[in-house]
Amino acid sequence: MFKGFLRSGDPFIWMTGGTLAFSLLMIAALIWIVGANALGFFWPDQLRAVDLQDGNKLLGAIRTQEAIPQSVGEGQEQYRTQFQVANRDLYGSDFRWVDDSLMTGHAFPEQVIYLERYEWGPFFGFLTTVRQDGEIVAEGFDQAWPKFLELHARTQATLDDIHTIEKKDIGDINYDLEQLRIEVKRTQRRETDPARAAEKVVALEQEIASWQQVYEEKAQELAALYQENSRYHITVQDINGKEKELAIAGVVRGFLPNNMNWLERLGLYVTRFWEFFWEDPREANTEGGVFPAIFGTVMMVIIMSIVVVPFGVVAALYLREYAKQGPLVRAVRIAVNNLAGVPSIVFGVFGLGFFVYMIGGTLDQLFYQDSLPTPTYGTGGILWASLTLALLTVPVVIVATEESLSAIPREWREGSLALGATKWETLRKIVIPGALPGILTGTILAMARGAGEVAPLMITGVVKLAPTLPVDGHWPFFHLERKFMHLGFHIYDVGFQSPNVEAAKPMVFMTTLLLIVIVIALNLAAIAIRNRLRSRLRFDAF
Amino acid sequence: MESQEKLPVGHAVTLPPRPDSGNGHDPTALGTRNTVEVEIRDVCLSYDGTTQTLKHINMDIAKGQVTAFIGPSGCGKSTLLRCLNRLNDLIDGCTTSGSIIVGGIQILDRTLDVTELRKRVGMVFQKPNPFPKTIYENVAYGPRVLGIHNKAQLDDIVEKSLRSAALWEEAKDRLHDNALGLSGGQHQRLCIARTIAVEPEVVLMDEPCSALDPIATTKIEELIHELKKQYTIVIVTHNMQQAARVSDFTAFMYLGELIEFGKTEKLFTTPEKQATEDYITGRFG
Repeated sequence: MFKGFLRSGDPFIWMTGGTLAFSLLMIAALIWIVGANALGFFWPDQLRAVDLQDGNKLLGAIRTQEAIPQSVGEGQEQYRTQFQVANRDLYGSDFRWVDDSLMTGHAFPEQVIYLERYEWGPFFGFLTTVRQDGEIVAEGFDQAWPKFLELHARTQATLDDIHTIEKKDIGDINYDLEQLRIEVKRTQRRETDPARAAEKVVALEQEIASWQQVYEEKAQELAALYQENSRYHITVQDINGKEKELAIAGVVRGFLPNNMNWLERLGLYVTRFWEFFWEDPREANTEGGVFPAIFGTVMMVIIMSIVVVPFGVVAALYLREYAKQGPLVRAVRIAVNNLAGVPSIVFGVFGLGFFVYMIGGTLDQLFYQDSLPTPTYGTGGILWASLTLALLTVPVVIVATEESLSAIPREWREGSLALGATKWETLRKIVIPGALPGILTGTILAMARGAGEVAPLMITGVVKLAPTLPVDGHWPFFHLERKFMHLGFHIYDVGFQSPNVEAAKPMVFMTTLLLIVIVIALNLAAIAIRNRLRSRLRFDAF
Repeated sequence: MESQEKLPVGHAVTLPPRPDSGNGHDPTALGTRNTVEVEIRDVCLSYDGTTQTLKHINMDIAKGQVTAFIGPSGCGKSTLLRCLNRLNDLIDGCTTSGSIIVGGIQILDRTLDVTELRKRVGMVFQKPNPFPKTIYENVAYGPRVLGIHNKAQLDDIVEKSLRSAALWEEAKDRLHDNALGLSGGQHQRLCIARTIAVEPEVVLMDEPCSALDPIATTKIEELIHELKKQYTIVIVTHNMQQAARVSDFTAFMYLGELIEFGKTEKLFTTPEKQATEDYITGRFG
C-alpha cells in the first residue's frame, strides 16, 4: 500500500504544494512584520504615569514587554516593560526598561502634554507657564494650554516665512551669485584683450556686489523673524517635577494624548502620515518625512528605464533577428546572462571609475572648466547612478526581449514576408508589437531590481541628506549632476548609521514599507500596461 | 547522384530542359491550349549542403489553372512550393540551383528583389496565420506595404478582397474587431483575402485545409474554383480527393523527385508509373 502511495505521486504533490505554501507564508510574514512595525508608528498612544517602588514616577508609552532572561527556569517568569519616556535632553535616552515587579500602580493624567520638537525628540510632561519676552503671560494648565496653542500657531507662521526666505529667496540669490562668479572666471579665461576683460570683470563684480546687498537685506529680515520667534517660551515639567524651558518655535506640534477621542487620534495619525510623505527629514533623518528620498528613488528609476529599455531592446533585436546565429552569438548570449549575476557593487565600482571619473571628469574639463576645482559631473550624481543601474539591469531586458521575440510564431513572420514586406517592415509591424508584452515584463523586472538596489548607488551619487532636489525652478530644471536621496540607502542610514537606533526603528520599518509599496506600485503599473497590450494581442482562437 | 554541385542561394544556372532527365516525364505536358506561367528547370535544393531535398525538378505550371502537388510527407512538395516565392531564403544554409522563371523573370537570380517577387507570388499557409490586428488591418497590410495609404482606396481593396475570399458577408460588420476572434475556417479565408489584396499573379497554397473541418474545407475548395479565374494557383495537399476535386494538373513527388506530372484526370485514372498508382490507391504513403 505504501508503494502504491509512492507511485501515485501524492507525496510529490504534497511536497510541491507545501513548498509553495511555505514561500507564500514567508512573504506574508515579511509584509506583516514590516507593516505591523511601521503602521503603528504614527498612532498617538496614551501616556501612562507609572508609580515606581522607589517613590519616583515615570511617564511614557509602552513599547514592548519581555521575560527577563535570567528569570526563566526558576518556575516563575518575571517580566519587564520597555517604555518610551522621551525627554532625551533630560534623561539622555528615549527608552527605559522597568521590571514589572518594581511598578506599584499607574494612571493616565489628563493634563499630560506631548510635544513633538524639531530637536531632541518628543517631550512628555506637563505645561506650567507660558512666557512672552521673559514675562509670564499664562500660568496653570487651564490658562497656559490655550495660550500655548495660540502662540504656537503664530510662531509656526513665522517659521513658514523663515523657511520661504531661506529656501527660496536666499537659495535663488546664492544660485545667481554662483553663476556670476563662474562668469567672472570664464571672462578672465576667454577674453584675450586684457582691457576688455578687466572692464567686464568690474561690471560683473558690481552686479555681484548688488546681489550681495540684496542678500544682506534678506539676512536682516531673517534675523528679525528669528528675533520675533525667540520671544515666546514655555516652561514644562517632567513627571518628577524637573523643569525645563523650551522655545515655542522649537515645537512642531503639541497635543494632549490622554484627552483625545479616537477621531482626533485618527486625524493626527493621518496628518503624521501625510508629513512622512511630503516633508523633509529632520534630526539626522530619524524624524520628519522622506519626500526627497521618494523623489530621488522614483526619478532614478525613471531615468534608468528611459536609458535601459531602448538600449536593451535594440541590442536584443540585433542579437535575435539580425546576427547570424553561431558560436559567437552564443558566446555573447552567455556573457549577457552572466552579466546579470555580477555582484551589484562591482557595477558600482565600474560606474565610479567609468561614468564619474572618466566621462564626468572629461565633461568637466570640456564644458565646466570655470567651476573647477568644484566638480560638476565629475562627482557622483543621479545621472551616473541611473546609468550604473541601467548597466546593471540591461541583461534582464535583453534576455526578456530575446525570449519574447523568439516566442513570436514563425507563421506571422512568414505571412508578412510572403506579402512582400521587408524584414524591417515585418519587425516593425508584426514582431515588435507582438513582443511588446514580453519586453514590458523585462522592463518591470529591471525596474524592480533597480529600485531596490543600494550598494552601487552609495558610490555613484546617493547621499544621506541632499540639500536640493534634482528638479527645481532654475534652468534647465533637471539637474542630473546633483546628488540625491534614495529610500534603500535611507533605510541603511537611519537603521544603522544613526546615533539613536532605538528611536529610529519605526522610521526604518516605515521607510521599508514605503519602498516595498513603491516597487509594487511600479510593477502594478507596468503589469497594467502589459495586460492592456496583451488583450489587444489576445490569441484566443487557437 | 549525377550532379552534386552546390550553389549558393539564389544562384541561377539556366539549363536547357533535359527531356531525358531520369524522371521520365515530359515537362511540357500542359498541352497547347495553356500558357506557361511558371517554368521550373532542373531545380535542386539542399537544406544542409549534403542531402538533396529536391532532385532535378522540371515542370511547367499553366496560367489560370490549379496545379496540385501530392506525395507522402517529406517528399519535398512544400519545399518546391516555397521555392516559388523564395521563402526558403529564410533558412540558413539552404542552397538552390537550377532555374525558375515566373512570368518571364528568373527568380533564382541573386540580385532579384525578393519582396517584388513575393508581391507577385502570394502564399497561403498550412496553419491559418492572421496577424494579431483587426480584420481590416490584416487585409490592408499588403497594400500598405506596397505604399497605398489612401483611405478610400484601402477601403475598396479590403472590400474587394474580402468579397473574393467569400468573407465579406460574415466580416463586414466587424472589420475593426480583432481578426483572432474569427473561426479557423474564417481565418484561412481571411489569409486568402490578405494574399489576393496585393493582386498577385500566382497564389501558392500550402495544405490550406489541413487545419480545418470538412465544412470549412468545402468552402475553401469552392473558393479555389472561383479564384482560378483570376489567378494561377499551386496547391500542396495530402488529401488525394481534394487534389482530384480542385486541380487541373497534378504532380506526384516522392523522395525529392518528381515522379509523374500531368492532367489530373489522367494521373488519377491511368497513371503511368507504378509508384503513382501505389500512392493514389493507398498502398503506401
